[in-house]
Amino acid sequence: MSATFVGMPPFPEAARGALADTQLRHNLAHATATIREKRARVVAEVDEWEELRLAGAAVKDRVLRDLDEQLVRLEESLVARGATVHWARDAAEANRVVVDVARRHGVDEVVKVKSMVTQEIGLNDALAAEGIAAWETDLAELIVQLGEDLPSHILVPAIHRNRAEIREIFRRRMGQVGRPAPDGLTDDPAVLAAAARQHLREKFLRARMAVSGANFAVADTGTLVVVESEGNGRMCLTLPEVLVSVVGIEKVVPTWAELDPLLRLLPRSSTGERMNPYTSTWSGVTPGDGPQEVHVVLLDNGRTRALADDIGRQALRCIRCSACLNVCPVYERVGGHAYGSVYPGPIGAILNPLLKGTGDPQTDSLPYASSLCGACFEACPVRIDIPEVLVHLRSKVVDAHRHDRVPKPEAVAMRSAAWAFGRQRRLRLAERFTGLGVGIGRRIGVARWTSARDLPVAPRESFRAWWRRTDGRLDEAP
Amino acid sequence: MHTVMIRRPPPPRTAIRPGAVARVGRMRPMRVALMVTCVNDAMFPGTGAAVVRLLRRLGVEVDFPEAQTCCGQPMVNTGYLDEAVPAVRSFVDAFAGYDAVVTPSGSCAGSVRHQHGLVARRSGDRALERAVGETSPRTYELSEFLVDVLGVTDVGAYFPHTVTYHPTCHSLRMLRVGDRPRRLLEAVRGLRLVDLPHAEECCGFGGTFAMKNAETSVAMGSDKARHVRGTGAEVLVAGDNSCLMHVGGLLSRGRSGVRVMHLAEVLASTEEGR
Repeated sequence: MSATFVGMPPFPEAARGALADTQLRHNLAHATATIREKRARVVAEVDEWEELRLAGAAVKDRVLRDLDEQLVRLEESLVARGATVHWARDAAEANRVVVDVARRHGVDEVVKVKSMVTQEIGLNDALAAEGIAAWETDLAELIVQLGEDLPSHILVPAIHRNRAEIREIFRRRMGQVGRPAPDGLTDDPAVLAAAARQHLREKFLRARMAVSGANFAVADTGTLVVVESEGNGRMCLTLPEVLVSVVGIEKVVPTWAELDPLLRLLPRSSTGERMNPYTSTWSGVTPGDGPQEVHVVLLDNGRTRALADDIGRQALRCIRCSACLNVCPVYERVGGHAYGSVYPGPIGAILNPLLKGTGDPQTDSLPYASSLCGACFEACPVRIDIPEVLVHLRSKVVDAHRHDRVPKPEAVAMRSAAWAFGRQRRLRLAERFTGLGVGIGRRIGVARWTSARDLPVAPRESFRAWWRRTDGRLDEAP
Repeated sequence: MHTVMIRRPPPPRTAIRPGAVARVGRMRPMRVALMVTCVNDAMFPGTGAAVVRLLRRLGVEVDFPEAQTCCGQPMVNTGYLDEAVPAVRSFVDAFAGYDAVVTPSGSCAGSVRHQHGLVARRSGDRALERAVGETSPRTYELSEFLVDVLGVTDVGAYFPHTVTYHPTCHSLRMLRVGDRPRRLLEAVRGLRLVDLPHAEECCGFGGTFAMKNAETSVAMGSDKARHVRGTGAEVLVAGDNSCLMHVGGLLSRGRSGVRVMHLAEVLASTEEGR
């Protein structure tokens, strides 16, 4: 039984609880500061970093322009190399493919390479419903899975856990699903990692089927690419007989040459390393070596909806580095669970509404979960202008409510402001009636301000009243 | 190894290049207007007066076109694009024909330069789009105007206090004012400038974010206030009264003994007082 994001409250409410969780606040502040510093150091080493960002964005934009062609080319190359290609419109179709493959081979367990997209579609739950265990083999995903928890970060999903908690989880749960944690397990990171390694080893050696995602899919040669740190990916991709990879359609890259800027941008942006330890690539089936049956599931699940949005489609450039999460002052204080999605933080705030559309209050709250500071745009290796997309999505949420029978108080306030700001005569009139506060702030609820912050003393007169009175003579201050 | 290289996009065109003032002056005096901002108009008129005093001291007589109301940013950033159109119209009407519009707000200057085009396109009014194309590039945040257009960093100010400076996000990342505010502050006689740790971290105001996500906003502002207090400075200075209102409100609620002040008011200060 695993936890679920389904039914989580809108962001402001979810954030409230997170802000009060002192362990979470402490973990997040420490972890994000550490990663930020590492990233800053390795990015500073690259003189042409800005050119690299522009190149990466250009590669992605080119693919998105010709996505249909590139996907067809990818399929042809994959099939030519012996892979079976499936096209899944949504999560249900993708999960059905994986379940069917597992059934055909009579397996009751699969090992998994860390894959955001399989979390997006709820694959583990779909397999569990069919009596098939899905063993996460990435250390952080293992911690989340054993803890019956939810991931809170794209790259380091257990960032909300500290060592003591991880030790407890291992001690309590490992024995229930496989090799128990060794006696006398300490919370030393190296000791914990060794315990995970031992626990996972038997699963790697036993599993006949693996499920992965892919960071990139090269259309030219039908090659999938997985970028990882621990080697668990390598184990899953080489040992089992059957391999199914679920790949978002935006992951396709036309040629090997165009992988270059992306592979140079990703490690420095994500883990703050010059290069990640393992980059695995495979092209279909190699007779007698590695999985002899290879499937690739090309997944839409809202990506074409995002593609159709001409301002929002830049979000599909995302290479899942998580740099935006690590620099976001909002994410740092509330963590990933508050966003109610496997994609949290700034990228989650735009991707979720783009993939799902407007209408759900929780999803609609995400574009507002930002002060629009722009730190994410600065950090994004493929130059996604997240603030621009956030404002755009806010307008979509507002537009969706324009014909509500009963407009929200905020909408009423905005319309009065529009009226007042339409003519300075009206503004002067409004100022006289509401004292000297600007109408908007008062309408939305001064209590939200004054519960924690003092308000400045209201001035005697407005600037424009002073100017009218004195004609800008400075002998008398306003 | 073949690498895809893309030329960096050209820098944005400004209506007046640095140092062009003299040339304009020879033809006719530069016509400069003050966009005081709706927040300053209603709540911080002293900041507007300070801009007038400062520029007058530097030989620039500013107009205050009364037709101005608001740049529209509160509406745009909350998603109410249609509701921003009247504000944008009043902006272009008020400021048509001026060589430069100066505003003591990085976020308003940012909205004018980066969002007015969006609002005008949304309105479907081609005349408005054209008008915006004229007024937006001529709109400057105060430190940009002083350093780039007037070409000064020493404005003859006197402010004998310990100050720490918070770079507001729009001025930092959208306008990229860089070290202009710092250079202006460093030239102020008697002023002792202390570095603010984590200066580039957002204060948490974020416009309607301060209300819609008040708790997260306060969490961010509290950290900013903590860093400010840690500097030992007497005054927190910034180029945006909205951010100052937020952090200042927290500093005040915490009875910190630290006050906030707009950059314009520091630069307008002289031995003769304010």
